[in-house]
Amino acid sequence: MRKRDLALGTVALLILWQGLSWLLRTDVLPGPWEVAQAFVRAVPRGLARHFVVSGYRVLAGIVLAMLTAVPVGLILGQSPALNRIFSPIIYITYPIPKIVLLPVILLLFGIGDTSKIFIIFLILFFQILVVVRDQAVALRPELIYSVRSLGAGRRALFRFVYAPASVPAALTALRVSIGTAVAVLFFAESFATNSGLGYYIIVDSWGRLAYADMYAGVVALSLLGLILYFVVDWLERVLAPWMFLRDA
Amino acid sequence: MRDVTAAPMVQVIDLTFAYGDGLPVFDRFSWSVAAGEAWALIGPSGCGKSTLLYLIAGLRQPKAGRILVDGHPVPRPRAATGLVLQDYGLLPWATVWENVALPMRLGHFYRGKGDDGPAPRPYPRQDITPGDVDAWLARLGIADQRDKYPGQLSGGQRQRAAIARSLLQQPNLLLMDEPFSSLDAVTREDLQRLTVELREETGVTTLVVTHTIEEAVFLGRRILVLGNPPNVAPRIIENPGAGLAAYRLEAGFFEKVAELRSALAAVTAGAEVR
Repeated sequence: MRKRDLALGTVALLILWQGLSWLLRTDVLPGPWEVAQAFVRAVPRGLARHFVVSGYRVLAGIVLAMLTAVPVGLILGQSPALNRIFSPIIYITYPIPKIVLLPVILLLFGIGDTSKIFIIFLILFFQILVVVRDQAVALRPELIYSVRSLGAGRRALFRFVYAPASVPAALTALRVSIGTAVAVLFFAESFATNSGLGYYIIVDSWGRLAYADMYAGVVALSLLGLILYFVVDWLERVLAPWMFLRDA
Repeated sequence: MRDVTAAPMVQVIDLTFAYGDGLPVFDRFSWSVAAGEAWALIGPSGCGKSTLLYLIAGLRQPKAGRILVDGHPVPRPRAATGLVLQDYGLLPWATVWENVALPMRLGHFYRGKGDDGPAPRPYPRQDITPGDVDAWLARLGIADQRDKYPGQLSGGQRQRAAIARSLLQQPNLLLMDEPFSSLDAVTREDLQRLTVELREETGVTTLVVTHTIEEAVFLGRRILVLGNPPNVAPRIIENPGAGLAAYRLEAGFFEKVAELRSALAAVTAGAEVR
């Protein structure tokens, strides 16, 4: 995405927001200027702390999921025997909305950071696992043959073929999952806790009808998602530059 | 120096091979390749020519019988056998230089597992240097493409990179599976000529699988003609004129093309009657 397009999109959204706010004339939808002021006021008064707490939780969940799901996906992807054993289990558990396990997770891990990190991890783990596994399965046999013919055994295949091949797959899975991860975080933080942007929006602002503050929280949560998106974009460019090249 | 004329590089002894429980592609098939020879393998689709190449490469195992390469069985691919496939087999995430240098990097990866003993040499050489990589890139005419990714190259350039990668490990056996069939005519003839030159320079035993009669006659000093399965006995056409770039223009070339064409027609027709 080009910077100019990004700026234009932001301006268009702000105009739309302002227009809607003028049209509805209600406290429930304050205009962007009012929200911006509330945002600046709220940052030192707790919003910054909530932002950091939420950011930590979602990042920890992502890192944990990547560190576990990528190797497991790779192992399943290059071993038809293991994949045959585990793929029915994954197939059955994949469509279960993991968020319904939140009450259980809260009971098991308490209301602190661990339960939030774990639910995010749980959701991302399966999505990344499946994408990485399918990517490893889909590697063309000719590629494997030619590298094996150079004298590569199983370990070298892992190092020189499967691992680098999984990088773009893992990042794609991550890009798709970030929205879900932030949404789940919001939900998990909106009750039984006393920190995080979800808590700030629902309990701290909405609960006392402070609408401008509530939107400041929404903006902060959106920024969190946007920053994560940018990071994945950047990682793709650094780790998978060949994906962005066209022609000589 | 060993006596190149005497030592067989590939021995296929009573080979039987079938996919699954299907009809055998080879049935007690025996065939031998002497070191330094240039062979072409030709036959109709499904005749088993690529299968034979994969068996010799150690990527498939015989159902019965034996395959010896350089006197040893091949339960897994050996680094001293180069393999060039139709679709290049380059790593899309590595630059041309990194792709060609892969044998060197594999050698480093397996450092300490070197075997100074007699063949087979399953692991890549340990003594390849970055200078060797540059030299092969230059010899194949792709030195200026070194920092590009395979996706940015033409088909001919990709195949040049694949050939450079295979030759970097100084193989004593080079297997090529329809290496030029997805290239345009001019590029194909360029690379056929290059293959002849490189074979003369390195003396590497070469087996080229092809479905093109002209390519078989241009590249194979001996031509193995396979028919519809099962293949029981090898049919061999001697083609001593091959090995020079000018051969394509000689009268002998066209006579050989005609001879091979009728031989192919015979094996195909014979199988269809059965």
